[in-house]
Amino acid sequence: MFRNNYDNDSVTFSPQGRIFQVEYAAEAVKQGSVVVGITSKKHVVLVALKRNAEELSSYQKKIFAIDEHAGIAIAGLTSDARVLSNFMKQQCLGHRLTYGRDLPVRMLVDMIGAKAQQNTQQYGKRPYGVGLLIAGVDEQGPHLFEFQPSGMTEEMVAFAIGARSQMARTYLEKNLELFADCSREELIAHGLKALKESLVQDRELTIENTSVGVTGFSKADDGSTKVEQFKVFDGQEVNAWIEGVADDKEAPAAEGESMEVDG
Amino acid sequence: MDHRPQAWGRPRDDIYGAYDGSYLQTSGPKQSTQAPVVTGTSVVALKFKDGVVIAADNLASYGSLARFTNVKRLRVFLDSSVVGFGGDVSDMQYLDRHLNELAIDESYETTPSADHPSPGGTLNAANLHKYLQKLMYKRRNDFDPLWNQILVAGLDSGSKPFLASVDLRGTAFSSPSLASGFGAALAQPIMRKYAATEEDAARLSRDEAVQVVKECMKVLYYRDARSMDKYSIAVVTKDGVELKEDEQLEKQSWAFAERIRGYGTQTV
Repeated sequence: MFRNNYDNDSVTFSPQGRIFQVEYAAEAVKQGSVVVGITSKKHVVLVALKRNAEELSSYQKKIFAIDEHAGIAIAGLTSDARVLSNFMKQQCLGHRLTYGRDLPVRMLVDMIGAKAQQNTQQYGKRPYGVGLLIAGVDEQGPHLFEFQPSGMTEEMVAFAIGARSQMARTYLEKNLELFADCSREELIAHGLKALKESLVQDRELTIENTSVGVTGFSKADDGSTKVEQFKVFDGQEVNAWIEGVADDKEAPAAEGESMEVDG
Repeated sequence: MDHRPQAWGRPRDDIYGAYDGSYLQTSGPKQSTQAPVVTGTSVVALKFKDGVVIAADNLASYGSLARFTNVKRLRVFLDSSVVGFGGDVSDMQYLDRHLNELAIDESYETTPSADHPSPGGTLNAANLHKYLQKLMYKRRNDFDPLWNQILVAGLDSGSKPFLASVDLRGTAFSSPSLASGFGAALAQPIMRKYAATEEDAARLSRDEAVQVVKECMKVLYYRDARSMDKYSIAVVTKDGVELKEDEQLEKQSWAFAERIRGYGTQTV
């Protein structure tokens, strides 16, 4: 029945030096559907695969705007993500009120990192069962961070978390050098391709199950750079992008080798 | 004359009456600052084409006594902004320590990059001013104000010159030229002759602005009895802050003093 004796709370080490509750929480992240994030020098995009509980229900949102300059993609327990999302929204708003600027992304990530770590060290608490990709821009440029239930946070060039995300990460690793100089559209295309890699057979990206979030810097009319507000794209808005990476479009490209052949 | 040690430093009873010991009560309701004690006088600042000039003298007065003559009232923040303090000096020192903490926290959040080679942080003068305004207003609402008027000089998020003021009530405002304390009456009219509007200020050169501010410091020394001829002056541009803390007022002319009537011993 029990896997072992040391997994009843998150404050007790196992003799091997592991904290099982934290590891189980990390498993919850792997149950969530896959989300991908990529940065270039100018933009950062989040791409997510949405799931519906049953054929008759709607699809669960995966990407959320936190503030004008930042957003998150979630994998794991949606209700836990809601708590973190609300916290992050409040911190961004509070910072805007006291300093009159966007909360720097690293500060934001450090805050949830510290918050989540407390849950792994206090009796009677449980870790958050959700992993996040945090995308945002600040004065130092675009950023992508990974967040894990352990409280670990790390800055990434590109990353994917969630079910079968290893396939997406392999794609990202293979194309890593290309991302820095990608345009906004190219970056989204890479995100969708990475997402496709992790799809189970016979599944496809549709306007129902695909979600895209973008922020970055854009040129204003007077030549100065301004922040492109973080926006989530769903439904018809993602149609053109999905068609852009459709299998038949991809066929002539050099990446044909990595494509699956229908049996 | 009472020569007993316990009477040393006390007002003489035969002249001022018995000492009012009620000021020394140790019980009773908690009282926060109700008046500044050691004070700095005016801070003056003026925007120009690509930055801001700010100056304040090096005096800390104890009432009318020129008590400390080497007190630096301009403070550099993150190599990119200057904060000038008028009013209570101990509250200034508290704010100085507080801003040190803020600068350290901010530096931790920034890693050096091509755009930001030094790990200084990205909190600009506009951000800092907003923060100080919230801080001052919070303290006023606690009925425990920080007894200062503060000028913040630097650049805003668009790298344009930024100059704004906040006082002990949390009142904040901005202008092409600003002066606190006595300077609001004496220096502002002079600076407004050169920079009445933002457009005027944008036409001022650095040397002109420095010259105007130095002239203001001189006029203040002539007429403000809590001022001194040793002062600090800083110029903030996008290249950073140039702060000089041991300046001496030059080319003083007290000829006008002879025409002053009604104060000294003369019988008109």
